[in-house]
Amino acid sequence: MSSDSEKPAEVKSEEKPTPPKPAPKPAAKAEEKPVELPAFEKGISDKLIEKFGDKVDIDFVKEDRVGIRTSKENVHDVAQFIRDDLHYDHAESVSGVDFPADNEIEVVYHLGSYTESSLAKQVLTLTTRAPRESNPIPGQDSTKLPSLRDVFYSVEFGEREVFEMLGVYFDGHPDNRRLLLPEDWADLPPLRKDFAIKGR
Amino acid sequence: MTDIMPPGLALKKVDERIMTLNVGPQHPGSGHMRIVVQIDGDYIVACDPDPGYVHRGEEKMAEYRNYITNVPHLERPVIHDSCNVLYPYVLGAEEILGIEVPERAKYVRVICSELNRCIYTMYWLAIYGIFLGHSTMFMWPAGDRELLIDLMEKVSGARVTHAHFIPGGVRNDLPANFEDVCLRQVNYFEKRIKEYAAVFYDNPILISRTQDTGVLSRENAIRYGVTGSVLRASGVDYDLRVKAPYDVYDELDIHTNVMKEGDSYARSRIPWLDMIESCNIIRQALQKMPKSGSVRAKLKPNPKTKGPATVYKRVESGRGSLGCYIVSDGKPEPYRVKMSVPSFRNLLALPNLLIGEKLGNMPSVYWSLNYWPVEADR
Repeated sequence: MSSDSEKPAEVKSEEKPTPPKPAPKPAAKAEEKPVELPAFEKGISDKLIEKFGDKVDIDFVKEDRVGIRTSKENVHDVAQFIRDDLHYDHAESVSGVDFPADNEIEVVYHLGSYTESSLAKQVLTLTTRAPRESNPIPGQDSTKLPSLRDVFYSVEFGEREVFEMLGVYFDGHPDNRRLLLPEDWADLPPLRKDFAIKGR
Repeated sequence: MTDIMPPGLALKKVDERIMTLNVGPQHPGSGHMRIVVQIDGDYIVACDPDPGYVHRGEEKMAEYRNYITNVPHLERPVIHDSCNVLYPYVLGAEEILGIEVPERAKYVRVICSELNRCIYTMYWLAIYGIFLGHSTMFMWPAGDRELLIDLMEKVSGARVTHAHFIPGGVRNDLPANFEDVCLRQVNYFEKRIKEYAAVFYDNPILISRTQDTGVLSRENAIRYGVTGSVLRASGVDYDLRVKAPYDVYDELDIHTNVMKEGDSYARSRIPWLDMIESCNIIRQALQKMPKSGSVRAKLKPNPKTKGPATVYKRVESGRGSLGCYIVSDGKPEPYRVKMSVPSFRNLLALPNLLIGEKLGNMPSVYWSLNYWPVEADR
């Protein structure tokens, strides 16, 4: 049988579910929070802080979930560190969230691990933001992010979907064509907030 | 000429020998998607899957409805597996709305989820049979599936689109005498599906057609991030019901089926083994379930959220790990709902598996990926 089937995760014990952290916009470091953080997840976020210092922000640390946030200049390095040193090996999803109020579009990678048995329960949320244009020309405006496809191969279709649905172009992606939308789609990227459903 | 053609339609002339073929979207061997393959004689040299023909904008729709009214339409991507598709959304909505779920409801959910896994897998198996020209394997699963559909009809009132899971529990309690009927049907169902081995899984023709075709190695399975039966057929022991249990799965004894071959045969066998395991889980859950009690928390029609939050929940569906990412800004409607669906993740393996295969093996490799086109498109 495979090597990762030997032991179940040893993280289970002394975690207390922390109440869901408010505010999707974080600024506070994990250390400043008064609630008691789960130890294993805290360890992951500490390793990231130790390596990158103030280049990464800890978004939340709760049971089985660690959320970090970084700028688009650093996202590639952080992803490389997450793969090589923290042993997360695949991306579960790539989501785009439009924030017209901040004039930014957020791209969220949910990363998991098949090979490291202690990480089987964990999902690491890597968040970064791209500038948003009010009149987007997908692929040719400033809404661009570095592609993580060379780090996590599994983001390939996810990034293609974010590109067509929100207009975030991924620099370095080998195949930036449309995936789900028709080839002749000429409207706004449909998951942006300013694309309204008729009658709503 | 080729410059103005939309991408994917342009015919690239690489070589006199290479021919580009469009399989789908109306082809019965592709489902609702198009697969552009380039063939050299009988062998596939390049493959470009083109999903999106059944894209319905579920994620956009979810931004306009509140947490309760989202339930009936979010199950639509996979109506055969409607309980499992809703499961992560419901778990996430419960965290955002701050609802506690009664113990009995958790067991009812587990039973419904496992019944739905079998219903989905039987449908998938029926199509797999007809893809390979095995008509008996189309008729038998399609007929035996009715046993469990009847059960779910008793529970929820609908045959396939149950909309049974809601934030806070399940919609209705189990009908009277359900435990006995369920036990009888599930026992008979298990006996029936074990007979499939003789006609299908031990069939030398099936084995010769599917063994060593479309081999996905363990390293590549992890690299492509595939999930569910595809992953377990490649020798990775990963099942969310065991590794990251939700609801009451941690109180049940679950065996994970793993095969090392990674070929189409292993990928078609794992879902069948999972169905037998599902029957075990249902029996355990029926035994451990509290015999009475509430099955849903009190809920207002337009419930209040606990404030801005983000949630990512995942469950093991009939096809693999299904995640739901919900961003809430404190309003009654979710700000963003993203479904991370297993079909979409498994699709990435298809172009890599088909290269070097014979064109005749395409349907068996494609459908063994446990792919459901409507789910991938959402």
